Amino acid sequence: MSFISDIYAYLFYFATLVLLGGLALKILQYARTPAPLKIPTTPAPTTKTGVALRMTREVVLFESLFRGNKWTWIFSWMFHFGLLLVTLRHLRYFIDPVPVPIQMIQPFGIYGGMAMVVGLAGLWARRFFVDRVRYISSRSDHLILALLVAIGASGLMMRFVLHTDIIRVKEFFAGLYNLQVVTLPADPVLLLHLLLVALLMIIFPYSKLLHAPGLFFSPTRNQVDNPRERRHIAPWAKRLEQE
Amino acid sequence: MAKANFEVPALKEYAEIPEINPGVMAHSKPYKSKPEFQEALGFPGELVEDWQKQAINKMGDLLGRYRSLRVYLDSCVKCGACTDKCHYYLGTHDPKNMPVGRQDLLRKVYRRYFTLAGRLFPDLVGATDLTEEVLGDWYNYFHQCSQCRRCSVFCPYGIDTAEISMAAREIMDHIGIGQKYCNEIIGKVYKIGNNLGLPGPALADTLEGLEEDVFDETGVEVKYPVDQEGADILLVTPSADFFAEPHVDGLIGYGKVFHEAGVSWTLSSYASEAANFGMFIGSYDNMRRVALRIREAAIKLGVKRIVFGECGHAWRVAYSFLNTLAGPWDFLDPRYPVPQHICEFTYDLIQQGKLKIDKSQNDDMVLTYHDSCNVARASRMGDKPGGQFDIPRAIIRRVCNNFYDMDEETIRDRTFCCGGGGGLLTDDLMEVRVKGAQPRVEALNHVIQEKGVTHMAAICAICKSQFTKVLPYYGMDMDQIVSVHQLVSNALVLTGQESDDSDDAPSGEPENAAA
Ligand code: SF4
Ligand code: SF4
Repeated sequence: MSFISDIYAYLFYFATLVLLGGLALKILQYARTPAPLKIPTTPAPTTKTGVALRMTREVVLFESLFRGNKWTWIFSWMFHFGLLLVTLRHLRYFIDPVPVPIQMIQPFGIYGGMAMVVGLAGLWARRFFVDRVRYISSRSDHLILALLVAIGASGLMMRFVLHTDIIRVKEFFAGLYNLQVVTLPADPVLLLHLLLVALLMIIFPYSKLLHAPGLFFSPTRNQVDNPRERRHIAPWAKRLEQE
Repeated sequence: MAKANFEVPALKEYAEIPEINPGVMAHSKPYKSKPEFQEALGFPGELVEDWQKQAINKMGDLLGRYRSLRVYLDSCVKCGACTDKCHYYLGTHDPKNMPVGRQDLLRKVYRRYFTLAGRLFPDLVGATDLTEEVLGDWYNYFHQCSQCRRCSVFCPYGIDTAEISMAAREIMDHIGIGQKYCNEIIGKVYKIGNNLGLPGPALADTLEGLEEDVFDETGVEVKYPVDQEGADILLVTPSADFFAEPHVDGLIGYGKVFHEAGVSWTLSSYASEAANFGMFIGSYDNMRRVALRIREAAIKLGVKRIVFGECGHAWRVAYSFLNTLAGPWDFLDPRYPVPQHICEFTYDLIQQGKLKIDKSQNDDMVLTYHDSCNVARASRMGDKPGGQFDIPRAIIRRVCNNFYDMDEETIRDRTFCCGGGGGLLTDDLMEVRVKGAQPRVEALNHVIQEKGVTHMAAICAICKSQFTKVLPYYGMDMDQIVSVHQLVSNALVLTGQESDDSDDAPSGEPENAAA
């Protein structure tokens, strides 16, 4: 099995590199691109604290989506909140010793996994049944949903059907920190699960998953509404003034 | 009912989300700008030879200049929350008029040339080359967007299709295909000073005429000055205010309010236009050039304050961009915001109890209020968020007895566009204008049926012009749209004004005649 373990070790190094590197580059690019005009969608907060609150409501509650479409809101909130619980639950495979809050969250992580899959199924169904959403869906939109569903389903399978040797999985990842390849359990469902996760990490910075950092850079949401009080001039626009 | 060579949508009792009907509006496009108009704005006269390459280059340039464009092209998850939010989709059923459908016209080219996934797997992620067909779609559908930003309210990432439309129009202008209506108008501003091409003497004549009218009606000498050096306030207002109904009634109102406030004010024949079509074509340069005229006029006339008249996108450019484009304004009186909206000005006077008002003068009307997109979703009034919704309503309630809001889902930041904004107010786009007005007219029809509303007030020249033209298609009257300051003008009792009938002497606080 060590051949496969080697491959997975390299795969995860590569995936981590692509994910972190790609995201860092994207974030840098967003941060460096000037926003030459104030374009918050009003009524917008007039203070930075107000903007922080608006942003928090968007990130935690999906406020705009709630106003936009209740079904999409329910399903995507289920999915994202489920994903959050699952991620927190998974931390125990990567951290030693496991902090108490993470220990306590373990059972909820399972419900999170289920919520995640149900939410995804709902979102996917909309892509077939709502003609407007069907029209805008490209193949990659379906594939990303398929990928996420497969990750969720294979994860749940290991919990309920084919248990895997979780101690050894944990040892494998602990080994990666020390640049050592510890053998992974030769468990097809586990290998599939890990493969798909690595794939998700790799496509993250090159796909619409960029909506995650994108939200924080969205001028319509993150700008303070104070253009009469403050000039807001981008470097390239400043140059026009010197001409 | 006006004649139409297309089907005018039926008004329904409940708003319906239509099924998609791909391609129904593929034939709709505005006249192309002639070379002379293009060149006046610094754009090539006609489609350049290597247009593909230049368009991609321009896109790259804009991606580096506008964070909005970059982030919005990357972030859309195709959730569909915006699909039923555009009035042009609701009225036409064409899926390319769904905000995300419209964005995708640009996004698929962006993906192809600027993203790894689109370079490697174009079919998978819906990326395409910039072909003649795509360019045709750009021209048609980016001129079926009024840049009203309704989509951005509901998108989980605030993706603003207006930003995308502006970028697309800017790219097209740079390869030589501009829209006649916008570009010709901007040229007129440079040459003559306003959108309508009204020269200074004609302007002075019109204003003199207004003074006479107001005097005949009230017996009070209200002044409508132009180019008066040393005045306190420079009023910048859309040129529609100088001649057409109902706009001019608004202008009469501003003059009366200034008169009662006892301030000196003036218009400028050089900057005789509040509208700034540079925004519609997404051109920072042109927007700046137009805005700078106001600065020059303010300096030359030596005013202390700047007040804007009733115009939606002009107010957006003024409120959000004027300081950035043409500031700093440190030579003006720091006690007042720069610029101020005429509604803010009037509202302040009302608050201070300085206006004598006879509400009953508007008793022949039952009113509703149309929030104009650019005011509602892209600007503010007063110092609190949402002042742009509350202040005009507070004014209307103060000057008339009968007011009802339209359905909550269709007002304030969820307001429906009149259908004529964003450079679409041109006869060659009549079909999309009429169809795009449907959601607004439907909501209006509700309050007409249920509350007996007779008139709709607005504070945007484009809205007013659009409704004047479009309401008849739906069997309504063109004069059902009125200006907010027209209502103010009707109700305002000028100091020293002779009242029409002495036994009904106007009082400051008449009783509520109707609920
Ligand atoms: S900005 Fe307005 S007109 Fe343009 S796509 Fe969005 S909703 Fe439609
Ligand atoms: S609401 Fe925003 S993210 Fe959703 S489809 Fe529309 S533009 Fe894309």
